[in-house]
Amino acid sequence: MAAGVGGTTGAGRGDTVFRILLTGLAAAIPLVFLALVAQLAWSSWPSIKAFGFRFLTSGTWDPVAGEFGAGPMIFGTLYSSLIALLLAVPLAIGVAIFLTEFAPLWLRRPVGTLVELLAAIPSVVYGLWGIFVLIPLLRTYAIPPLQAALGWTPLFSGTFYGSSMLAAGIILAVMILPYISSVSREVLAAVPPSQREAALALGATRWEAVWSAVLPYARPGLVGAVVLGLGRALGETMAVVMVIGNRHDLSVSLIEPGYTMAAVIANEFNEAAGLQRAALFEIGLVLFAVTLAVNALARFLVWRVARDSAAGSKAL
Amino acid sequence: MSFSRFLPAAALAVTVGALACGGQGEMVLLNGAGATFPNIIYQKWITDYNTANPGVQLNYQSIGSGGGIQQYTDGTVDFGASDAPMTEEEMAKVEGNVLHVPMVLGAVVPTYNLPEVTEPIRFAPEALAGIYLGEITRWNDVRLRSTNPGLNLPDREIVVVRRSDGSGTTYIWTEFLSAVSPDWQSKVGTGKSVNWPVGIGGRGNEGVSATVQQTPGALGYVELGYAMINNMAVGAVRNAHGNFVTPDLSTVSEAAAGAAAAMGPDTDFRISLINAPGERTYPVASFTWLLVRRDYGQDAAKAEALVEFIWWALTQGQASAEALGYAPLPQAIMPMIEARLKEVAAGGAAVWSGASTD
Repeated sequence: MAAGVGGTTGAGRGDTVFRILLTGLAAAIPLVFLALVAQLAWSSWPSIKAFGFRFLTSGTWDPVAGEFGAGPMIFGTLYSSLIALLLAVPLAIGVAIFLTEFAPLWLRRPVGTLVELLAAIPSVVYGLWGIFVLIPLLRTYAIPPLQAALGWTPLFSGTFYGSSMLAAGIILAVMILPYISSVSREVLAAVPPSQREAALALGATRWEAVWSAVLPYARPGLVGAVVLGLGRALGETMAVVMVIGNRHDLSVSLIEPGYTMAAVIANEFNEAAGLQRAALFEIGLVLFAVTLAVNALARFLVWRVARDSAAGSKAL
Repeated sequence: MSFSRFLPAAALAVTVGALACGGQGEMVLLNGAGATFPNIIYQKWITDYNTANPGVQLNYQSIGSGGGIQQYTDGTVDFGASDAPMTEEEMAKVEGNVLHVPMVLGAVVPTYNLPEVTEPIRFAPEALAGIYLGEITRWNDVRLRSTNPGLNLPDREIVVVRRSDGSGTTYIWTEFLSAVSPDWQSKVGTGKSVNWPVGIGGRGNEGVSATVQQTPGALGYVELGYAMINNMAVGAVRNAHGNFVTPDLSTVSEAAAGAAAAMGPDTDFRISLINAPGERTYPVASFTWLLVRRDYGQDAAKAEALVEFIWWALTQGQASAEALGYAPLPQAIMPMIEARLKEVAAGGAAVWSGASTD
């Protein structure tokens, strides 16, 4: 207080009001969060009571008989997001490294903007592109050779109808690419030049400098970028509904149809009543929990990575 | 006064039935919600009716049949709309205070993608059930060849396509499959969404049609109007008389005419048109209904305006149906609908005396 010499009582009151206002605003977020969880739990109660833990493992989804289980959808949500990450992360981080380390200056801005523009495309447009461009391409050029070579593995068993886990994974990969890539670009750009210069001065090639000096320094931020992309992939709805085939089956095959939690809510909520409605609310609750768990895991990862790299730099 | 008209519609609906409106007499606001299938024609009717009767303001929101029944039950709308009749359980929730008024007819048609075949394929009902049960898997199965002697059906896998979203279209399709196949009835049943034994799901008519058009060998089902507007290949289905009937607006109207003969004069119209009698009837058809209260209590002005609008839609309004891909109701059932509308009351007193003014 002594530092604020010129402070009149009027300004002091202003500060108090400001603090109360901000505290109130900050408190509103957790309150909304709690209200959301409470509402989801309340609305899904009939389903929780009827099915208990079985809801998470059962694969039956029969609105006529009133029997509901989310197993295939939980699996499908995680599986499609995993495919998306496997495809998008190398590409996105590669783009980010190219743009920050190797691309000529005049090229950085336009390419970066183009990648970010991918995020501005509405997801229903991605879905249409999936149905009318991606799936025919897969059917004609990608799946026949893949099945000929890898048809014996469980990943490519079954018949390809077009709508499939693979189509959903690819669409999701394109959709999360701009998020991962633009955050990664910021992170890499924030790596101090001294890191690169030190490595180069020791005789490293540019590639070695990036690999051994820049990337380790940026690792926590890069993990954060991936987590952001994963969060998007887990919750993405419309584009997935349009290309995943919406079948309540649990299969590791990439070419068979599947289902996700967000997709079943979007599909069935409008016309659902009674127990089916409660089951859809419970799916929402489970999706919420899964997203939360994935985020917590990611935070933990970032923390671990940050701690390790701090220890590493100390060791240097 | 006149500024009242600019209040949000929702607030008006709850609090005010009729507003004073500068010199034009009573202004009546009617809110409805429900089925998506008839949305296009309902909006057309509302626009046309409002032009001729500026004192009646109608709002219709196509939120789905389930939502329509829900909002009707909660009393948040003046009328509901549904592609499937209310169940006994749902009727009990509103203590029977509901009339089902048929407005137009819909039909669900099989559509397919077989580049080799140019003539319409003829489907026996058992064959459709077999395909959707996963028992018939190839186009050259004997159960398809036997009804299509002239066609060269290819040795191709049948890719079954169905709706992934809950919909009245699925309700009508599964009601038909249940009616013709005891196996389907016991294993799957009838519903707006069901536990499909096989197939891939597309969202909406457009999702099913896109998947069918992109997948050689695919078979799906869509609304007749959607198939007509998009010039899709549709199959003929065998009706109760044993005739294969290609779906079009006249064979669908025929289904209602066939069913009308079997309806008593005091029918409540919660009647299935599946396999309706008649030589030329298309067997996978259905009414789509407005849900109207039997008694509107204090809201006499509202009840009267609603009944007059409905009667206008059933008479003059039917002329718009065909151009929009809906099958009009047959004349035979109009007297029965008129009798039901005369039962609509407010506080026990009937609000409409019948069609004398037109």
